[in-house]
Amino acid sequence: MNWNRALIAVLFATPLIALFAWGFTRDPNVIVSPLPGHEAPVFALEVFAPGQPPLARPIGDTVRLADLRGQVVVLNFWASWCLACGDEHAILTETAKRYAGRPVHFLGVLYNDVPTAGTAWIARMGGQSYPSVNDPAARTAIDYGLYGVPETFFLDATGRVAYKHTGAVTEKVLTRVVDSLMAAATSSKTGRQGL
Amino acid sequence: MRPGGLVAAVFGLCLGGFTLEAQAPSAVSRTQSASTADSALEARTSAVAGELRCPVCQGVSIQDSPSELALQMRGVVRDQLRTGRTPEQVKAYFVSKYGEWILLEPKPRGVNLLVYWLPAAVVLGGLGVVFFAVRRWTRQPESPGQAAE
Repeated sequence: MNWNRALIAVLFATPLIALFAWGFTRDPNVIVSPLPGHEAPVFALEVFAPGQPPLARPIGDTVRLADLRGQVVVLNFWASWCLACGDEHAILTETAKRYAGRPVHFLGVLYNDVPTAGTAWIARMGGQSYPSVNDPAARTAIDYGLYGVPETFFLDATGRVAYKHTGAVTEKVLTRVVDSLMAAATSSKTGRQGL
Repeated sequence: MRPGGLVAAVFGLCLGGFTLEAQAPSAVSRTQSASTADSALEARTSAVAGELRCPVCQGVSIQDSPSELALQMRGVVRDQLRTGRTPEQVKAYFVSKYGEWILLEPKPRGVNLLVYWLPAAVVLGGLGVVFFAVRRWTRQPESPGQAAE
């Protein structure tokens, strides 16, 4: 055997195999968002679907991110034409109900859709416990670096993006992230009071 | 109508007509300068949009994509340029939202340098291999002859 040839082949092949192996560990559809850890982009969007008591807000009401400071915010971008949005709808609406009365605010943001279609979709899905707002020309969606729907952003009580979930969100993810953000908010509040 | 009133009306119409005539060139020049400004803005928008990747497409810029999101992103580019932001600032805005992935041409720094240098290195390596292989092939026929002698 020509050991020199074998050595050259190994030297060329090893980095290539390593590169392909690394590629297999990555989902090309998931692109890491630079937003987590940064201040959440502000918005002021109008409610088109009021939600249900006790989480309801009147239609036409403007939801401003600045007004939600001090609460954990779950911002879910959705559309009536999005199939995966149907998969997560019941989970979101039930989880929002479960957290009612606690410092957590669930908000749906309609993406590239018309409010009438959104309202009809909500009715077909059996209602939505929390309000949804309209995002004309997807300006807020672009501000949040949206690729598609559904995407869910979790904002902490200080107004920073803590986590972004791409695709249909699960109850496990919702509960884990919301609980951890609420715990962090409580501990920082206790810490401030202790000082 | 009194004759005086008629004269005044005719005079007024003439004056009005004159005023319109006098205003017309400036209105035209205003329209022309506005359309020049618009086309300049469109050209700058196209240039920036051509460097940004469409998030819902495969390797297409937001300038070339017909998707709704690309159209809306072009609107953001246009609005930001109109407010006086430089192309670099507009691109920095999109990078801050989507990461460097949004740039069709990655910045030549860090790991990105591989994209620029690796193809050249592979081509050089290939040329080296071809060079040595050709040299060996051209030498081989001589060896048996030399050995026979």
